[in-house]
Amino acid sequence: MRDFADIWSYLAQSPLIWLTATLVAYLIGDAIATRAGRAPLANPVLIAVILLAALLWLSDTSYTQYFEGAQFVHFLLGPATVALAIPLWTQRAALRRALVPILAALLAGSLTAVIVALAIGHAMGLEAGLLATLAPKSTTAPVALGISQSLGGSPTLTAVLVILTGIIGAIVVTPLMNALRIRDWRARGFAVGVAAHGIGTARAFQVNPQAGAFAGIGMALNALLTAFLAPWALGLFQ
Amino acid sequence: MIHALTLILACQLAGELVARLSGLPVPGPVLGMALLFGLMLALPRVAATVQPTGEGILRHLSLLFVPAGVGVVGHLSSLGTHGPGLALALVLSTVLALGVGALVFVAVARAFGGGDSDA
Repeated sequence: MRDFADIWSYLAQSPLIWLTATLVAYLIGDAIATRAGRAPLANPVLIAVILLAALLWLSDTSYTQYFEGAQFVHFLLGPATVALAIPLWTQRAALRRALVPILAALLAGSLTAVIVALAIGHAMGLEAGLLATLAPKSTTAPVALGISQSLGGSPTLTAVLVILTGIIGAIVVTPLMNALRIRDWRARGFAVGVAAHGIGTARAFQVNPQAGAFAGIGMALNALLTAFLAPWALGLFQ
Repeated sequence: MIHALTLILACQLAGELVARLSGLPVPGPVLGMALLFGLMLALPRVAATVQPTGEGILRHLSLLFVPAGVGVVGHLSSLGTHGPGLALALVLSTVLALGVGALVFVAVARAFGGGDSDA
């Protein structure tokens, strides 16, 4: 039998091991999230990231080496963004019926998310690169990474901020909407889709199907709007 | 499935080309999304082809940001120093965006019509 060290050094060179590890970590995260009744804090991505980061640290593997394998998953972010056209198309009737409130709430919610985040970041003395990293955090991850990169931010840090934003939105939305006495499920869902993308949308679907559908519309439309808003808003704080 | 993937990748490629050529700050895939939405509206066949595969990709959307998320190991020091600023920015902007978005939706729906909620 060959030495374990030999086998390890062979496997460590190939993309297979880290690609497999990424999928396994996600499946574990997803299983834990299901066990926890999809509680917002038990986010599968957050769990997978913690598991993989620990594994990289234990095996003394660099991120570059890890990414050789993980890039095959990462590549799918682009096609997934294109596929966001599908929920938009499925909801086209609802979209047409409530077009005016949708566009108004989209503009208001998206502007608030970007401007407030940048204003606080600026006031707290964050440097320009970090502001660019922060600007797209309310939009869905594949789009946020693209925006962050094109603005000179750090896409990896943006990914983490996007996940955290989604978790915050999913936790806060129900108590906040109840406190504001908003009973229109369309408004509640749409707002969480705009402010907290896919994680907020998943939460909306748990609460009410109409809220979920409108959250999906909000997420897809905000992906488009943030791409235009973020560079402009960033310019205000430089 | 191959047809659907080809269509999605072609939309992305077209989006990348337009983004590069025009110098717009919009990521190519976002333009690809707009293009695919237009195609689906114009040609029902495109919608039928793309839907099952596209929904399959979207069902596991969260998996796709794991590799980028793992990159945080290289940013732990910057998260440490700027943690309070980033945390405050995330929490306040998300809470305000939720409230403002929902209130504007309700107010505009009341003023301009736009149908009633099912509930």
